[in-house]
Amino acid sequence: MNASNFVEGVDFTLYLILGISIFFLVGITVVMVYFLFRYRKKKNPVATNISHNNTLEVVWTVIPTILVLIMFWYGWTGYTPMRNVPDDAMEINATGQMWKWSFEYPDGKITDSLVVPVNKPVKLNLFSKDVLHSLYIPAFRIKEDVVPGGDNWMWFTAQKEGTFDILCAEYCGQLHSYMLTTITVMEEGEYNTWLKSKPDTSNEHPGLTLMKQNACFSCHTRDGTRLVGPSFKGLFGRQETVIVNGEEKNITADRDYIMESIKNPNASVVKSYQSGLMIQYGNVLNDEQINSIIDYLETIK
Amino acid sequence: MTVAALPQTNFFQIKKGIFSWLFTLDHKRIGLMYLYSVGLFFLVAAGLGVAMRLELLNPGRDIMSPQTYNQVFTLHGVIMIFLFIIPSIPAVFGNFFLPLMLGTDDVAFPKINLLSYWLYVLGALFALSTLMYGSGPADTGWTFYAPYSVKTGTNVTMAVLAAFILGFSSILTGLNFIVTIHRLRTPGMGFNQMPLFAWSLYATSWIQLLATPVIGITLLMIVAERVFGIGLFDPAIGGDPILYQHLFWIYSHPAVYIMALPAMGIVSEIIPTFAQRTIFGYKAIAYSSMAIAFVGYFVWGHHMFTSGMSGPAAIIFSILTFFVAIPTAIKVFNWVATLYKGSINIQVPLLFALAFIFNFMIGGLTGLVLGAVAADIHVHDTYFVVGHFHYVMFGGAGFAFFGALHYWFPKIWGRMYNMRMANIAFTILFIGFNMLYFPMLILGLEGMPRRYYDYLPEFHTLNVVSTVGSWVLATGLLLMIGNLIAGYLKGKAASANPWNGITLEWQTSSPPPLHNFDKMPELTKGGPYNFPNAKSTHKK
Repeated sequence: MNASNFVEGVDFTLYLILGISIFFLVGITVVMVYFLFRYRKKKNPVATNISHNNTLEVVWTVIPTILVLIMFWYGWTGYTPMRNVPDDAMEINATGQMWKWSFEYPDGKITDSLVVPVNKPVKLNLFSKDVLHSLYIPAFRIKEDVVPGGDNWMWFTAQKEGTFDILCAEYCGQLHSYMLTTITVMEEGEYNTWLKSKPDTSNEHPGLTLMKQNACFSCHTRDGTRLVGPSFKGLFGRQETVIVNGEEKNITADRDYIMESIKNPNASVVKSYQSGLMIQYGNVLNDEQINSIIDYLETIK
Repeated sequence: MTVAALPQTNFFQIKKGIFSWLFTLDHKRIGLMYLYSVGLFFLVAAGLGVAMRLELLNPGRDIMSPQTYNQVFTLHGVIMIFLFIIPSIPAVFGNFFLPLMLGTDDVAFPKINLLSYWLYVLGALFALSTLMYGSGPADTGWTFYAPYSVKTGTNVTMAVLAAFILGFSSILTGLNFIVTIHRLRTPGMGFNQMPLFAWSLYATSWIQLLATPVIGITLLMIVAERVFGIGLFDPAIGGDPILYQHLFWIYSHPAVYIMALPAMGIVSEIIPTFAQRTIFGYKAIAYSSMAIAFVGYFVWGHHMFTSGMSGPAAIIFSILTFFVAIPTAIKVFNWVATLYKGSINIQVPLLFALAFIFNFMIGGLTGLVLGAVAADIHVHDTYFVVGHFHYVMFGGAGFAFFGALHYWFPKIWGRMYNMRMANIAFTILFIGFNMLYFPMLILGLEGMPRRYYDYLPEFHTLNVVSTVGSWVLATGLLLMIGNLIAGYLKGKAASANPWNGITLEWQTSSPPPLHNFDKMPELTKGGPYNFPNAKSTHKK
C-alpha cells in the first residue's frame, strides 16, 4: 500500500519519463560514440557532405512530439486529483513561521507535529505568519507553497500508518533546513483518543507555553547562545545599546521595553542584530498574554 | 603593395599599455577584457561552490554557520548567473568572433560595446561592495524572492541594484549584435549563409533586448519596497509575493536561453570543423534557435506549479514547456547526424562539444520531469532541480564555453596549448562534473530540499559522493586553466587555421590584425559549412 493516494500517479509519471529519458540518453550516446570511432579520420579519410534528409527530419520531429505529449498527459492526469478535494475532507489549519510548523485541529487543539487518521481525506489550509514556506511530505509526493496573505491549500488521504517527515521546501532564511516536523498516521479510533487528550502543561509556566506556540525560541535562546535575535538569558533588567531611527541609545530591558519590542520589534533593535525579520506580535497576542511572557522572561536568569 | 613580406601587426601589438585596453573600441580587445573578467568571477564563484560542498560533507556544522552558508549560496548564484554565464559566451566569444565570422571589421556600435563592458564592471563593483558593510551580502538566494528579500537586513538593495546595472550591459550587447547581424554581413552573405553561432547570437540578442527590461523594473520595485516601504510584494504592507515570482520568471526563464542558445551555437561550429563535413540540417538548427527563443517567453509559469497557481494555468504552462523540448531534441539529432560519414579529427574542442551533448541531454531530459506537473510537485525545490540546472548551465553552457576556449585559443593568441594535458584535464573535468551533480538528481528524487544547510542522515552517502566529485572537478579545472595559461605564455606558434575550419575567422591571421582582414574574406560556395574536400551527395 502506498503512503498516500497521490504516490501512484506521481511515481508512474516519474518512472515513465525517466524510462524514456534513459532509453534516449543511452541510445544517442551509443550512436555518438560509434560514429566517433567508425568515422574517425584514420578509418574514413574523406568525409561526405550530407546537408539534410527530409524523411529523417520529419521522423525525428514527430516522434519526440508524440512522446512529450504522452508525458504531458500523465503529468496532467497525475496532478488533477491533487486540485480536486473531496467534500468530506477533514480540515486542519497548517501555519508556517520562521522556523516552525503548527497545526490546528477542528476542535481547537494545536500541535507542533501533524497527526491524521488513516484512509480519511485531510485538507490542510496553509497560512504563513512571515515569509514564504512550502509544506513538503516526500513520502506522500506532495508539496504546496505556504504564502503569506494567500489562501493556499493541499489535500491527501494517508493510506499507511506510520510516521513520515514534513520538510520546508521554500527557502525562508537562516534556519530553513531545520524547519522540520513529522506527520503521524493513526488508525481512526486511536486518532480520536489522541485528539481528546490534552498535553500536560500544568507544571509549565503559561508564558513559556505561549512562547513555544509562537516560535520565540527559533531566534532567541535561553542558554546565552547567539541566534537571529538576542538571547533571553538574563535579559530582564539588562543594559543594552539599541538603534532607534539610525541612532544609538542606551536602554534597560524592562517591562515597557520588552512589551514594545514584542509589539513593534523593528522600532528599537539591539545593536549588531538585524531588523526586519520579526513579526509584529501586537496583532497576535493581547497585553495579558504578553505580560505572562514577560513574567516568564523574568525567571530566565 | 609589398607588405606581405613583413610580419603582420596583430591587434595585440598595435598599441600597448593599460589605457589602450580600457578605452579600446576594438571588439577583440573588449571580448578579451570580458574573458578575463568573467573568468575571474567564475573562479571566485566556483570556489564558493567548493566551500558549500565542503559544508555539506557531513550533516551538521562542518566549516561555516547557517547564515554564512545562506550568503555563500546567494553569492555563488548571483556571481555565476549575472557575472559569469549570462555575459560569458555572447560577450566574450560573440564580441571577439561575431564580426570575424561575418567578415566585417567591428560591431555596429563600438562605443556602445565599450560602454556595455564598463557597465558590467560597475555592476560587478556594486555586487562586490555588498561584502564590505552592514550585515554583509544578501542571504536570499539569487532569486530574491519576496517577502524575505524585503524583510532581511542583509545588503539586498545593493545586490539588486548590481543586477539592474548588469541588465543594461546585457541589453546593450544584444542591441549591438542585432544591428551588426542585420547591417554588417560581408557582401554576398545572406542570413542563410551565416554561421550557426551567429544565428544563435541573433536569437539570444532578441531575448536580451526584450526580456531584460522586465527584470530591471522588477528589481527596482524591490528597492522601492525596501527603501520607501511601498507595498508591492510584501503582504504585510499590502503587496503580493506571487506577483514578484511572475515578474521574476518572465525574465529569468528566457534568461535560461540567453545562457543555453550561444552554447548550442558553439557546438554547431565545433562539430562540422572536426567532422570535416557540412552540418546536418543547417536550417533546422538555425530556425530552432529562433523557435526556442520565442516559445521560451511563454513557459515561465513552470517555476511556480506549487505556488498556488490554478490548475488550468499549470496545465497550460506544462504543455508549452514540453514544446520547448522539440526544437532542442532536433538540434541534438542534427549534431549527432553531423558525425555520420564525417572524417573525424578527435581533438579536445570536439570532446568538449560531445560532453556538452551528453550533459545537456541529462539536463534537458530531467527538465521533462520538471515540466510534467505531477512529477514536478514532488521534485520541485529539491536537489533534483539543483542537479538539473547545473547539468544545463555548467555541463551545457560551461562545457561549451571551455570548448570554445580550446577551439578558438590558437586564433585569439596565435599559440597552441599542450594537447595531451588538455585531454587529461578534460577527462578529469568530465568525471568530476558527473560525480558532483548526478548524486544530486537522486537526492532530489529521495526528497532532499534545496538550499539546505543541514540534512537528514539518510542523505549522507550521496552528499559525500557529490563533495568528493567537487574535488575531482576542481582538480580538472585547475589543470585546464594551468594548461591554457602555459599555452598562452610559451605555447608553440599556431597557424592561421590549425583545425582546417571553414568559417571566415579562419581566413585571417592568428592573432587577427586590428581591422580583422587584410583582404576581403571569400565566402564558401554552397553554404557556410560546405567543405570543398568532402564528397558531395547530390549531382551538380
